[in-house]
Amino acid sequence: MTRTSAPVDAPGADAWEGLVTTALLGTDRRTPPGAAPGPDAPLALLDAAAVETVRRRAGLRPARAAERPQAAPEDVRPALPPAAARRLAMLLADRPGPSGGGRRGAAPDLTELLPQWLALANARGFAPPPQVLPALLDAARGRTDLRPAALGFAGPRALWLARLNPDWRFALRAAPGGGAALPHLQDDDGVRRLWQEGLFAERVALLSALRSRTPAAARDLLASTWGTERAEDRLMFLDSLREGLGPDDEGFLEHALADRSRNVRATAAELLSALPGSALAARMAVRAEACVAIDHTRSARPSGTGGGIPGGATQTTVTIAVEAPHECDPGMERDGVVAKAPAGRGERSWWLGQLVEAAPLGTWSRRLGGRTPRDIVALPVADGWQGELHAAWCRAAVRQRDAAWSRALLGDPSAPEAGGPGAVSLAERAKLLGTLGAAERAEWVAGFIAAHGLSEAFQLLGVCAVPWAAPLGRAVVDALNIARDAGSYPWSFSGVMGLAERCLDPSEASRLDALLAVPDEPENASPGAGGYWAEAFQRLVTTLRLRAAMAEELGAA
Amino acid sequence: MTQQGVRWTADQVLALAPDAASRKAGSKLGAAGPWSEAGSSDEGTVWGLCKGSGSKPYQTVVDIADAAGPAYKCSCPSRKFPCKHALGLLLLWAADEAAVPPGQAPEWAAQWAAGRRERAEAKKAGAGSGAPSGSADPEAARRRAERRAERVSAGAVELEQRLVDLLRGGLATAEQAGYGLWEETAARMVDAQAQGLAGRVRELGAIPSTGPGWPVRLLEECALLHLLGRGWQRRDRLPAGLAATVRSRIGLPSSPDGPPLRDRWLVLAQYDTTDPRLTTRRIWLHGAVSHRTVLLLSYGAAGRAPELALPVGLSLEAEVSAYPGAGQPRVALGEQFSAPAPAATRPPGVTTAQAAARYGDALREDPWLESVPVTLDRVVPTPDGDSWQLADADGDAALPLTPAARSRPGLWRLVAVSGGAPVRVFGECGHQGFTPLTAWPEGPGDAVALC
Repeated sequence: MTRTSAPVDAPGADAWEGLVTTALLGTDRRTPPGAAPGPDAPLALLDAAAVETVRRRAGLRPARAAERPQAAPEDVRPALPPAAARRLAMLLADRPGPSGGGRRGAAPDLTELLPQWLALANARGFAPPPQVLPALLDAARGRTDLRPAALGFAGPRALWLARLNPDWRFALRAAPGGGAALPHLQDDDGVRRLWQEGLFAERVALLSALRSRTPAAARDLLASTWGTERAEDRLMFLDSLREGLGPDDEGFLEHALADRSRNVRATAAELLSALPGSALAARMAVRAEACVAIDHTRSARPSGTGGGIPGGATQTTVTIAVEAPHECDPGMERDGVVAKAPAGRGERSWWLGQLVEAAPLGTWSRRLGGRTPRDIVALPVADGWQGELHAAWCRAAVRQRDAAWSRALLGDPSAPEAGGPGAVSLAERAKLLGTLGAAERAEWVAGFIAAHGLSEAFQLLGVCAVPWAAPLGRAVVDALNIARDAGSYPWSFSGVMGLAERCLDPSEASRLDALLAVPDEPENASPGAGGYWAEAFQRLVTTLRLRAAMAEELGAA
Repeated sequence: MTQQGVRWTADQVLALAPDAASRKAGSKLGAAGPWSEAGSSDEGTVWGLCKGSGSKPYQTVVDIADAAGPAYKCSCPSRKFPCKHALGLLLLWAADEAAVPPGQAPEWAAQWAAGRRERAEAKKAGAGSGAPSGSADPEAARRRAERRAERVSAGAVELEQRLVDLLRGGLATAEQAGYGLWEETAARMVDAQAQGLAGRVRELGAIPSTGPGWPVRLLEECALLHLLGRGWQRRDRLPAGLAATVRSRIGLPSSPDGPPLRDRWLVLAQYDTTDPRLTTRRIWLHGAVSHRTVLLLSYGAAGRAPELALPVGLSLEAEVSAYPGAGQPRVALGEQFSAPAPAATRPPGVTTAQAAARYGDALREDPWLESVPVTLDRVVPTPDGDSWQLADADGDAALPLTPAARSRPGLWRLVAVSGGAPVRVFGECGHQGFTPLTAWPEGPGDAVALC
């Protein structure tokens, strides 16, 4: 507020200044205005100051208004149901406890449920009540993994708000489409101007926003300045073409294969090889085919190894022979093959791996006698090349998102040697599962857990769709039950437990009731384990109930 | 009473929680807790069994019939009050009629509730008959009051001397003197049973460290303290209303003796301030008919929530009676005629200029007043350099926010609710600026608490 400036008060202002100066210096050094020096001077000063203080306060007037902020854009989504709004406030108010604190207790961890809540709310297309936006932005600020969902849910008003508070700048950078810093994507001039004059982050945001709407326009925009970009920037920009990649991009990517920067070339080659119809894929197919063949000369030889060959397509023992490339010619290098092998790897197997990985998987059926992927994977490979070859096929199946090949490479989940061909690691299997449909994925992992238990299942469970399909959920609960009966402590399974809390279908809660009791301790059990298990299961059940309530509040069946 | 018929809102339940941790734990138990055999009776008893980590479930029962606030009993070992089970049970009751159906209380719950009500009746009867005996010795009471007045007078004289010494030497020395000096004086005021003076004196000690402009603020506070001391010494010559104001500012106890005022009271704001010994809860109410804005104070010992909980947006039909003193908004809650229930009404608002004038007018009756409760209508939260103001949507005047309000998270809720559009804001308007406490969006929507 401003002090009043009416003329009648002008002397008042002076009087007040005089009083303050006198008070600062002390009446011993300075006599208050209008008072006699002496022992009563301080009291006179206090009297006068009291009058002035009340007078100044009583005369307060509003200040001049500053420039009003622009109105926030309208959020057209329907408002959140009241119960869901309260739940959100509660989830946002929950701060994670001190990390690394051993036992997790029986109460659910609300912060772990926030991502799920946001996903549900986004799927239902609700708008948040404006008053939770600050808490939502704070949550997104603290957890980068939450940002896309939280900012998407927060909507246009959150971006408006973020521009007023420096703490929330990240939202402007991270927002899909970069928020209001971006011009309207139909505004060609605006887009071009920002592309030419914007900061790197703004340009990346612009490019990915445009790419998600009209892939071709984004590619053309990038092509318009491609020659003048710095190498690091070219790499980042090229990477944003990953989204919406299609056959139309081939020309541009072929051009990028001749780039000065090796990393740019490698990325371009990788993108091209994900397009099975591209010229690069065809060239790689030719090269790879030259290295892999059915070896008929050996087919007469009896199989010496113990690898059980399914008596399928062929009667005689057919073997795959591998002849790795002898050199990495300039053509290969241009197509993205890295000539120098990492330390500890043979050059020729290194080159082979890259060729097979980039060749379209469709090549092999043709090349290897019209066999199906499953038959091909089952064939023995001569001279110890199996590991190298299968690993490359795995990478190709993931890159080309080929379900048939993934299925073949994954093999039967209950097979020994932790399932599937030995060449396939857990990480690779998780990636292969990603190419399958949700139901098939869940079924495979369920089979794996039933056969091998939970100790290696964590990574595989991570790629399964949430909530877990019924067979998968049952397999996990059964395996936890077995682990409890085996007498170990629940925290050996805390990773899987945490996943189960978030991913198990809430309708499974009733099946868990029997597990809540503290069991009698078997002789060989770890002391007290039973109680901890009961606590862990209780926490699981409570979390499931909470999730059911969450879904119901959001109107999701 | 109609109390039992209306189920509470979740906010109303959560306001009972003694701290944030209980609020959290209670709300977890509310939705997903392992409750069984829960129910509620027409007499206002809510009960349920909650499965804990032990083999025997906890027995939780709450009596919500009492107008003075709910009573709880739970067989859990928690020392929090109410415990998370009681909160969870009430939340469940508030949210889900099917989970807590009406019914007959089981033996263990009915017994407790009946015993409690009997005791309450007995107490009421005792209080009724005991009142005359309490004042049976008016002579002794008068003598006690006199002795206390003497002590306050002695304190006021001593304080005056301190102020004189300070101003003789100059405020500049106060910066070096620091806190200790004032703490000592404050302790003397506590001895003199003048809590109000003690509080003001303690604040004096903090002013020199509050940044630029502190000499002005220190002189203002010294002058007002001096004014209060003088007012006390000459209380016999003051008009009765002002004398009562002085007594209440000094910190002398008083009782609500105003005539009961019945109205439909809308809860405008509820917020707590805590110091190590005491939690003070302030609840602002607005009367639909009387158009008066009054203040309820409720106290809780450290770590305990004050008993009275009235979340923003509820309204209740009740009588209040004012505490003595001119221009004092404080009242005591008397008889309640309805349970607090959500209301869609909003208080009428004024412009920023009218709000500032209202504060000026109020100083006439109470010159020590820091702020007055005001509802501003059609104001836009507007950034102003490092600070914020509430600007009239239809004029070019604005009230700046107080420095404290600027750093509170409530500011951003206010800005978010506004989104650049005019809002209605209830808050406290004083010489330091405006402290927003509650906001209503331009369109339809519930009140949003900012404090």
